[in-house]
Amino acid sequence: MAMIDEPLYPIAILIDELKNEDIQLRLNSIRRLSTIARALGEERTRKELIPFLSENNDDDDEVLLVMAEELGVFIPYIGGVEYAHVLLPPLETLCTVEETCVREKAVESLCRIGTQMKESDLVDWFVPLVKRLAAGEWFTARVSSCGLFHIVYSSAPDLVKTELRSIYGQLCQDDMPMVRRSAASNLGKFASTVEQGHLKADIIPMFEDLTKDDQDSVRLLAVEGCAALGKLLESQDCITHILPVIISFSQDKSWRVRYMVANQLYELCEAVGPESTRTDLMPAYVRLLRDNEAEVRIAAAGKVTKFCRILEPQLAIQHILPCVKELSSDSSQHVRSALASVIMGMAPVLGKDATIEQLLPIFLSLLKDEFPDVRLNIISKLDQVNQVIGVDLLSQSLLPAIVELAEDRHWRVRLAIIEYIPLLASQLGVGFFNDELGTLCMHWLEDKVYSIRDAAANNLKRLAEEFGPDWALQHIIPQIMEKINNPHYLYRMTILHAISLLAPVMGSEITCQKLLPVIITASKDRVPNIKFNVAKVLQSLIPILQQPVVEQTVRPALVELSEDPDVDVRYFASQALHACDSVMMST
Amino acid sequence: MSDRGGEDAGQPAASPPPPLEWKFSQVFGERTVGEEVQEVDIISAIEFDKSGDHLATGDRGGRVVLFERTDTKDHTGRKDLERLDYPVRHPEFRYKTEFQSHEPEFDYLKSLEIEEKINKIRWCQSANGALFLLSTNDKTIKFWKVQEKKVRRVSEMNLNGPQPIGNGSIAGSSTSASSGTHLLNGGHAERSSNSLGMELSIPPGGFPSLRLPVVASNETNLLARCRRVYAHAHDYHINSISNNSDGETFISADDLRINLWNLEISYQSFNIVDVKPSNMEDLTEVITAAEFHPLHCNTLAYSSSKGSIRLIDLRQSALCDNHSQLFEEHEVAGSRSFFTEIIASVSDIKFSRDGRHILSRDYMTLKLWDINMDSGPVATFQVHEHLRPRLCDLYENDSIFDKFECCLSGDGSRVATGSYSNQFRVFGTVPGSSEATTLEASKNPMRRQVQLPARPGRSLGSLTRVVRRGGESLGAEPDGSPHDFTTKLLHLAWHPSENSLACAAANSLYMYYA
Repeated sequence: MAMIDEPLYPIAILIDELKNEDIQLRLNSIRRLSTIARALGEERTRKELIPFLSENNDDDDEVLLVMAEELGVFIPYIGGVEYAHVLLPPLETLCTVEETCVREKAVESLCRIGTQMKESDLVDWFVPLVKRLAAGEWFTARVSSCGLFHIVYSSAPDLVKTELRSIYGQLCQDDMPMVRRSAASNLGKFASTVEQGHLKADIIPMFEDLTKDDQDSVRLLAVEGCAALGKLLESQDCITHILPVIISFSQDKSWRVRYMVANQLYELCEAVGPESTRTDLMPAYVRLLRDNEAEVRIAAAGKVTKFCRILEPQLAIQHILPCVKELSSDSSQHVRSALASVIMGMAPVLGKDATIEQLLPIFLSLLKDEFPDVRLNIISKLDQVNQVIGVDLLSQSLLPAIVELAEDRHWRVRLAIIEYIPLLASQLGVGFFNDELGTLCMHWLEDKVYSIRDAAANNLKRLAEEFGPDWALQHIIPQIMEKINNPHYLYRMTILHAISLLAPVMGSEITCQKLLPVIITASKDRVPNIKFNVAKVLQSLIPILQQPVVEQTVRPALVELSEDPDVDVRYFASQALHACDSVMMST
Repeated sequence: MSDRGGEDAGQPAASPPPPLEWKFSQVFGERTVGEEVQEVDIISAIEFDKSGDHLATGDRGGRVVLFERTDTKDHTGRKDLERLDYPVRHPEFRYKTEFQSHEPEFDYLKSLEIEEKINKIRWCQSANGALFLLSTNDKTIKFWKVQEKKVRRVSEMNLNGPQPIGNGSIAGSSTSASSGTHLLNGGHAERSSNSLGMELSIPPGGFPSLRLPVVASNETNLLARCRRVYAHAHDYHINSISNNSDGETFISADDLRINLWNLEISYQSFNIVDVKPSNMEDLTEVITAAEFHPLHCNTLAYSSSKGSIRLIDLRQSALCDNHSQLFEEHEVAGSRSFFTEIIASVSDIKFSRDGRHILSRDYMTLKLWDINMDSGPVATFQVHEHLRPRLCDLYENDSIFDKFECCLSGDGSRVATGSYSNQFRVFGTVPGSSEATTLEASKNPMRRQVQLPARPGRSLGSLTRVVRRGGESLGAEPDGSPHDFTTKLLHLAWHPSENSLACAAANSLYMYYA
């Protein structure tokens, strides 16, 4: 046992705890690996710490995950980029463990290190690593290898490049579906580093193999690669190689594959150019919008706006809009909900006339949908709606929907609508807001559900921010003052909470004149919960109020509370008094 | 060859393989005379892994016991190679490890006790020398990793003397093992990190006096760790779990629903089959077993209490309410009785290895179905036809609801299932085969074997459709003793590549080979 100097003691503990029995302590040590490395110095980190980590790689996954992450940013602690290769062995082992998240993190860290390494170092150290992993006995190593090819490929000499391409080809045909999945999902990344010539000769055949895989899960990922690959190819090649694949995918037997196509299709439009988009992709998309499977329609509906932006307006009106109309009365509420969340984005694409003539009826019918999520999704895009149809038309159709949602029997729906109130307020402006919505906002303060009352209090604060203290003084404060006398203490507490939130917005003067007296009165409440909340609120007000007010009004109230029979009241009052004291000290 | 009863005229030209002669190989947990069987020790699940090198059993006490094959270890030495020169050796297993998979629980919301009994075990893809398996009780599925870990001792530290360290010590500790300790030690962790003042200036070469712990490792230890818990997805009792060939997903089935899971994601599953009627009074049929096709990732089969098997195609829609194929035997008119529906209930289904056939077990028969023919089974085997007159007794003592499992040999040429009095039966499936062996789970499996000629297959006008009746050979118990309905052999498994059977007789695991 070595003698450790007093100042080194904490670091010594940290190092010892790398091997502690308690996983929390090991985790703690491994998270501070950089501190340990600095204490050991660069050379000993390279020669001792890194080998030590390489050897102790059968720890719990939680520890390994953190280790994988830390090693990714370890270059400064081992003496700079020229020694970066030292970090590869421990990460290589981590690339082979069974736990997916550890492997993924190790691959991520290797990529991070690889992008900083010199070309020659990559060839000397990184390429052999990739090859070893790709030839790994267990599928876990091979899965990891797929995500590393793009790091080394462009730096490798021609001969090695050929080899890497052929290895990747083998991985695409691995026995284990997990490896093929990884190869499929990393193909786009790898392809982006491969030269144009080899792209067509080598990568496209791999891609085509993957698209014909037995396993749906592999084909799914191949679809995802379509767009990435398509963007790399010249338009003509994309039309000959990628387009037929995606068109056949769009009619695949498996709904999951079609679902992926529905999600990806718009990304391919750019790659194939407007002509093929019109003749091939658009009909495919229209088919997906009318798919048998609701999940596919959900995905397709969610991309309606993005797709329309790519098309010429005339085509969108002629072909897509009729489908949208059908979807707005789809039997699946989730389809309607997906549509509602994007439909307003179509307005700028279609232009004002088509919008008012065709889109608005759809929009209004969705706003009356029986399913609250659909209505909420429309309301959440209110700013876009407003731009197109103007505030008058909007308020006419919107208000009934909002009032209905505001009284929905599901509190989560009520909560959602409260959260959109500030947005509404900013769109509608003060004038419109006052009449109708103001009452609602006050009403929520007396909701049966705590979360709603809480959100209502927050909402008042945001409204006050939106419309300014003067408006709040007229339209919020008086109503609140009335409610502080509610017979039920829980409602009185909500008001206290609202006051504490409003005070910073209203400023020192109004707080002092209007809000403080109410709070002081409340400090004499018969319910202890109110009293200790008063103490908490008073404490939060100290920074806002001026010093004399604190001393003359707040402190006496707190002193009185600190002698309360209830222990909690005394506790919070004494906390607040402490705060008073420290403010006084500092001034 | 002791039971070549079926060598009759009129067999098809391609001669079927001769019946197997089964020999006792091993027994684990054999009962001594007069020893009482503890309820918790009764085996409730058996499963070989894909390679056949490992065998897992689960019991009513929530334990999973693993066995490993001893005769296929790497033969490197010359001695070993010489030994290999012997005639074919049969698989032999030895105890590997065991762990507590499930504990009894209580669902406070529903006031329900949840038994710890293991209903099913399924092996998953192994990686890095670690074994993975899924085990389930009525409600909760768990994903286990069993791995050899080095037991390490820290021999040199900066501050205090050597101490044993935790990663890799006790078998059977689950995820919850560490959760208790870090609360206690949290304060300690806090201290050591906070007091690490950054004002401490570190010299360029570091502090030479600091050293890394030196770890000495000598022995290894098997450690089972619960990696994931898939819970709260089933309102009814889980009867099956099955892995997909994609190595990524699995299903779990209860009486009314089948859920699809990703192995890596335990917080959500997708409901893919739901047979729950909107009004529970309309319920006429429940799901009894479900299994994925061994090769086609999008096909799965499930059986029902009405005796039908449905094949569904996951590609068709997200919620597979419509089956793509329905396998049902049309009942013979006029043969209905009070028991018809009860004994029609399928207790287990298994795909053959190539996925071409499905084997199903109902109370009285084993049926083999060709997935290309949904009009009826290609073969039906009577398991214990002599019990038919006694269905009334069996109903009264609830035995009629016993759920017997079934299994196929790796090449699909034979099938096996259990019966009462710790007996099990092996049938040949190759057209023309009349193999119908009865064995008893004991050290002398052929003891109960009675040399009666099994009747030849009765042709029903179609060559592929043969009803074989091996059952009559048993008749009443040859020694006249009544059938023992308490000793039933419910669980058994066939080695994936060799003629080796593992069967559970109460708390004992018997292994046979042929």
